[in-house]
Amino acid sequence: MAVTVGIPRALLYYQYYPAWEAFFRTLGAEIVLSAETSKSILNQGVRLAVEEACLPVKLFLGHVADLRDKGVDMLFIPRIVSVEAKKYFCPKFLGLPEIVRCCVSGLPEILSPEINIAKKPVRTRVEICRLAARFDRRPWVIDRALAAANEAHAAYKKLLQSGCTPQEALDGGRQACREGKIRVAVLGHVYNVNDNYFNCNLLAKLREMEVEIVTVEMLPAEAFACGGKWLEKESFWSFGHELLGAGCFLLQEKSVQGLILVAAFGCGPDSLICELLARYYKRSSSIPVLLLTLDEHSGEAGLVTRLEAFIDMLRRREAV
Amino acid sequence: MRKVTYPHLGTFSLAFEGLLAGLGLDVVPPPPITKKTIDLGVLHAPEFACFPLKICLGNFIEALEAGADTIVMAGGTGPCRFGFYGVVQREILLDLGYNFEMLVLEPPQGQIKPVLDKAKALCGKCSIGQALRALHTFWRKTKALDCLHAQSLVVRAREARQGTTSKAYAQGLSLLKAARTPGEVQKSLREALALLAEVPQDHKKDILKIGLVGEVYMLLEPYANLQVEEILGEMGVEVKRAVYLSDWIKEHVFLSSLYLPGGRSVKKAAAPYLEHFVGGHGRESLGETVRFAREGFDGVIHILPFTCTPEIVAQSILPEVSRREGIPYLSIPLDEQSGEAGFITRLEAFVDLLHQRRRRKDKSIS
Repeated sequence: MAVTVGIPRALLYYQYYPAWEAFFRTLGAEIVLSAETSKSILNQGVRLAVEEACLPVKLFLGHVADLRDKGVDMLFIPRIVSVEAKKYFCPKFLGLPEIVRCCVSGLPEILSPEINIAKKPVRTRVEICRLAARFDRRPWVIDRALAAANEAHAAYKKLLQSGCTPQEALDGGRQACREGKIRVAVLGHVYNVNDNYFNCNLLAKLREMEVEIVTVEMLPAEAFACGGKWLEKESFWSFGHELLGAGCFLLQEKSVQGLILVAAFGCGPDSLICELLARYYKRSSSIPVLLLTLDEHSGEAGLVTRLEAFIDMLRRREAV
Repeated sequence: MRKVTYPHLGTFSLAFEGLLAGLGLDVVPPPPITKKTIDLGVLHAPEFACFPLKICLGNFIEALEAGADTIVMAGGTGPCRFGFYGVVQREILLDLGYNFEMLVLEPPQGQIKPVLDKAKALCGKCSIGQALRALHTFWRKTKALDCLHAQSLVVRAREARQGTTSKAYAQGLSLLKAARTPGEVQKSLREALALLAEVPQDHKKDILKIGLVGEVYMLLEPYANLQVEEILGEMGVEVKRAVYLSDWIKEHVFLSSLYLPGGRSVKKAAAPYLEHFVGGHGRESLGETVRFAREGFDGVIHILPFTCTPEIVAQSILPEVSRREGIPYLSIPLDEQSGEAGFITRLEAFVDLLHQRRRRKDKSIS
């Protein structure tokens, strides 16, 4: 029987899952995903994590516990430090394997290769190959797995840039109606914008209101360079860099009528990045901004009221 | 002529003020941190920014009001938020309508020119000799301040009358502040240590030893950590602070710019629990806890600003360290909402527990 590798449906799942899937499939492993985020996963995560942790990390722990209960052979929790030069992920990603090990008990083996393109590109490759060799020692199979992962990631990115949200792309590229009278940017970390339980179905709600959505993933990579030009110093977080870049790009182009920022309560990088974006938008005073801060206490009704008020305001501005 | 200011950072501000003055600059020290500083910082800073950012911002606003026009700030290259403070604070102050220049001192990212430009802006007027003398005095003073502080912690736990150590320490600090040359620094340090030695001591006290770990700013700035060292000291606890700025500068400025490894033993101590650097001081907090446990300390107090990401990683792993190394710990996040009474109650409860634990241990040995 094939070895089962558990992948939590949280955090970077939304960014890299197709690549991970292709990689492990080619190596002959079977992938088990955790269930979609639900009340019980949330509760379990909140119980396991330290109270200071942000909700995405708590959810991640909930998903890990779900996989443990499913009885997978191994868990895939890579330590993703950086995927480009001079930019890092949030410190919680850097210590994620240890956080999981210390907070969740009774875990199977954790596969945690270190991905650090900025400082250790060679080591990163070695770690990935070593990981692959655990499933299949034949070098040509490993090469094929890497190629498959690259290919899957490129295809996924292309699908996203064509206007799919990551959730739709992961569901097989089925696209919801994207016509709308007003265009609103929904910017936030990929796992905040796309976890429907976490954000109370934000994207679907906006679509119901006939709003056309723009997310970070839909923008071309060149757009992100925009943020650097506004600042003395580029953001050293990959997500922060993308958010700032996307926000500044849209502000320059003036191609959206409103901006919704989605952040997790207590998110370190976002506390500064969202502040900068809000200030830039306020200075130009042409596009309204709504900042949604979410945590485990978010009530759906309150969120809907705020969204409706925001969209109504945008409509009125258009009408005038 | 520029009027230069800087953020407060415990007693380090004394040494830094001396350095700037020694470079021939007109220094406008930020007014001491008060409730008003915090209120100003909290009012204008992002809600979820960490506490140090808010306090520094309050310092800047008060200093700019007092006439400063140049801010000297430290920076970094991530992934801790601290490296991005300067950028955000600059935008906030610009929106508030202040006219100023901000010089962020940070490691060169492959380009040496910005570093030289900033150095030139700061010591344009003085000769190289004068700059080196100022740096020498600064370094001596930083070390002297740290030495005096460490000694004050030992003395305070054993003082016969509450408050005498803090008084002697404050006198010592003002002596060191006035010192202008390396020779004077050594002389004032001797005098200050003599002042501490004169504090009447009670040698019969049962002294607990507690290590203080956590985020650097929160440990170094007494206003931010609600004077935790003084509170514990007056409960008869000998506190050892894990971080001293002179060690930090030695490791991060001198050694790392020469590509020499520093702080290896802390990293090694943390390795079984956290293999990778997590930004800020997260891994060091764990390593230092391990070291305190092995040095026979009774407990560890972990202090972090609310929402501090690197320290949250450390906080998640601390229970495991505590269990395996057998050392009790208390982890306290602090911010502008922290109440002093609740804080003291928690410290008292922790100290009581440690006393009981020690008595139990003594009993089982005898």
